[in-house]
Amino acid sequence: MINQRLLIAALQNGLPLVSHPYAEIARQINSTEQEVIDHIATMQQQGDIKRMGIVVRHRKLGYTANAMVVWDIADEQVDELGACFGQFDFVTLSYRRPRHLPDWPYNLFCMIHGQDRDDVLNNLQLMINSCNVEHIKYSVLFSKRCFKQRGAIYINEKSIKESA
Amino acid sequence: MAIEPANLHEKEPHMGQHVEIERIQKMLNQFQHNLPLSSTPYADMARQLGMPEQQLLTLLEELKSSQVISRIGAVFKPNRIGVSTLAAMAVPQHRLIDIANIISAYPAVNHNYEREHHFNLWFVVTAENKQQLNRTLKDMEQKTGIVILSLPMEKDYHIDLGFPLQLIDGGTKNNKGEH
Repeated sequence: MINQRLLIAALQNGLPLVSHPYAEIARQINSTEQEVIDHIATMQQQGDIKRMGIVVRHRKLGYTANAMVVWDIADEQVDELGACFGQFDFVTLSYRRPRHLPDWPYNLFCMIHGQDRDDVLNNLQLMINSCNVEHIKYSVLFSKRCFKQRGAIYINEKSIKESA
Repeated sequence: MAIEPANLHEKEPHMGQHVEIERIQKMLNQFQHNLPLSSTPYADMARQLGMPEQQLLTLLEELKSSQVISRIGAVFKPNRIGVSTLAAMAVPQHRLIDIANIISAYPAVNHNYEREHHFNLWFVVTAENKQQLNRTLKDMEQKTGIVILSLPMEKDYHIDLGFPLQLIDGGTKNNKGEH
């Protein structure tokens, strides 16, 4: 039986760049290549893994403008508009999050990536027009410095060692 | 504005640069999703791209070391195998770098950005469970003396960062939607 925690811990750092990466992961977690492949396939089917592939750093590829656009949307409308915003190619993320009144009135968050500010703002205008949200309060938080960007670490290696 | 050659190459730009960037663009767009789940995924990718496996591995290695690629692997769905939250702090400008460094030092933090707002530091904190997440947030507040606004995802309408990339100079504005 494969240990899913160990597999996730191995996967979150990325696949090794060797001819047989799944076999290499299997070696690290005391499993077999076939078990690793089968288990990843299962996690993909169940939706635990959203995608398997190359993860890029958009800033390094010239996509230097990135805005988090936050909206204050009536609770009964948020599902509809969250889905409407999510349809656009340039919207990489559309999430509902809690308000924190009085400091934070916004409950819907979209991430827009673009090659410059105008690119992002033009796309934002397109969203506003298409989803008919001209009357809704929003705020655009462009990113400035990036202090850290890497894949999520759900399982820290210390806790793996402790439980091993 | 498109890709800066310096981002992909240490060398001076040369005539073959366009071909090289086109090849990289093709590779990235083809394999941001659907990495082969076979015994030899890189050999399979290389075959589809028409290059030897070793050449692909070297290219991926280079793109990793120049930080264009963060990794090759799995993107997990949020809150399925662990928990996470988007955290924000309103940091006085003169303390921003120090505070950002304290936050980045946590292995539980994967994204940490300065943004244009009164809440000017935004980061994602992950953990195996809620208790551990709360402990980390509390620890951060104690270490920095700054209150955290924690905004965990309640509903996911869409997430996919693997959007089609357009890297060739002058391409984005004019060619959008052609591919």
